[in-house]
Parts: sequence; C-alpha cells; structure tokens
Amino acid sequence: MVSLSCYLVLSGILFVCGVLGFLIKRNIITIFMSIELMLNGVNLSFVAFAAQWHALSGQVFVFFVMVVAAAEAAVGLAIIIAVYRTRETLNVDRVNLLKL
Amino acid sequence: MFHLILFLFFGAICVAGAVNLLVQSHPINSALSLIVVMGSLAAEYLLLGAEFLAAVQVIVYAGAIMVLFLITIMLLNAGKEERTKGSRVAILIGVPGVTIGAVLVAWTLVGPSSTTHSVSIGALWGSPADIARLLFHDFLLPFEVTSVLILIAIMGAVVLASKPEAVARGPRKDEG
Repeated sequence: MVSLSCYLVLSGILFVCGVLGFLIKRNIITIFMSIELMLNGVNLSFVAFAAQWHALSGQVFVFFVMVVAAAEAAVGLAIIIAVYRTRETLNVDRVNLLKL
Repeated sequence: MFHLILFLFFGAICVAGAVNLLVQSHPINSALSLIVVMGSLAAEYLLLGAEFLAAVQVIVYAGAIMVLFLITIMLLNAGKEERTKGSRVAILIGVPGVTIGAVLVAWTLVGPSSTTHSVSIGALWGSPADIARLLFHDFLLPFEVTSVLILIAIMGAVVLASKPEAVARGPRKDEG
C-alpha cells in the first residue's frame, strides 16, 4: 500500500523541476522540454486523484492534456524553427528584439 | 510492500531523469533524460491502475512528441548552451523561490491536515473499454473539438515552419 500523497509529492517534484528548468535554462528547446515536464507532473496528480475518487474522468482529462501537448509541441517547434531561421541562435537572451 | 518498492524504484528513476534534464548542458542529453522520465511515469500510471494512459504515455509522449523534439534538435544542430548574465540572475532568484514553493506544496500534501487515501497494486480498475465509453458519450464534444485543434495545429506548424519566401509568394498563377 502506498499513500496517494507520495504520488502527489512525486508529481510536485516533477513540476518543480520543470519550473526550475524553465527559469535557469537558456536554450529555447530545453525550456520547451521543461514545459513538457511540468505537464507530465500535472498528469500524474490527475491520475492519482482519479485513483483516489474512482472517477474515470480524471483519466480522460489526462488524455486531453496529452492531445493538447502534442498540438503545442508541433506548433512550438515550428515557432522555434522560424526563430532560428531569422536569428540563427537558440539562446533566449539573444532573442530580445520584436523586429529585426 | 511490493507496491512501495516499485513506486520508489520508478520514482527515483523519474526524479533522477528530471534532475539530469536540468544539469545537462546539451539539449540532446536533456531530451533523452526526458524520455526516461516519461517511461518511468508510464510505469507509475500502471501502478495506479491507469493501463490505457500508460500505453498512451509511451506511444504519444515518449514516442511521438519526443521524436519531434529530437528531430528539431538535430535539424537545428543545437550545440551546448552558453551561460549568459541573465541565467545567473535566474539561478540566484529562481532556486530559492522554487524551493520555498516545493516545501509549501509538500507540507500541504503530507502534513497533518492531509486527507488522501492509499492505493494498492491489486486494485486495478478503469479498463480501456470504460474510458472509451466515457470518452465517446460524456466527452464527445470535447473529443471532436480536440480533433479540430489538432487540424489547426498541423496547418499552423506547416505555415510557421515553411520558408518565408514560399508564404509571401503565394500560389503561382500559371499552374493548373
């Protein structure tokens, strides 16, 4: 038997790692991966609460989060490619002008 | 007991992968450690009884999305990230703030006022058939809306990633 709060703590650790990566990383692709890590942490807490209340809608919500994450990854990576084509850098500190 | 050992094993792999994502300076190493995190999260979903989600996690997240990331990293030939002044400020301010937030969350979850139950490994419930029934009856409209979202995302990705001249020129008149 494992208490569900253990799962919630694990999900919190994953979310915090994602926030930390979002703050300290300078590579735009790694920042994007940190966002995915945050989404994964939230998904784990969704599944844990679904297990606690025996409500399957929690799992359906995780399914929708995954679909939105897939769409977001496709559009986000296309934006990254467009940024790299105009700036020729992936460092977010060098992408500081709205217009070239 | 067996459940606890499995939980701790995969949880340790998960946290190690997440920390490795932060420590590595090359994006491809970060992407590979993110795949490790997602794979061990699929095992955690199995422990919680969400077998459908475990399969979808491996197929969609660890498979499709991470392949997209790896292809982009290789396409852009991303090298090691360079340290700049901004990142040092982010470390100085971000790390203490995140630590405080994490301690607050953990204290709320495992503190004396916590009301969470416990789960055992034998109590698997929610078969894929049940989820499908829920998805195609109660959540039919959101399901269809997400299909429209995916379509828009595909078109947006094609437009954004195409060469700028190709968009500006538009379709050629002399064709057809």
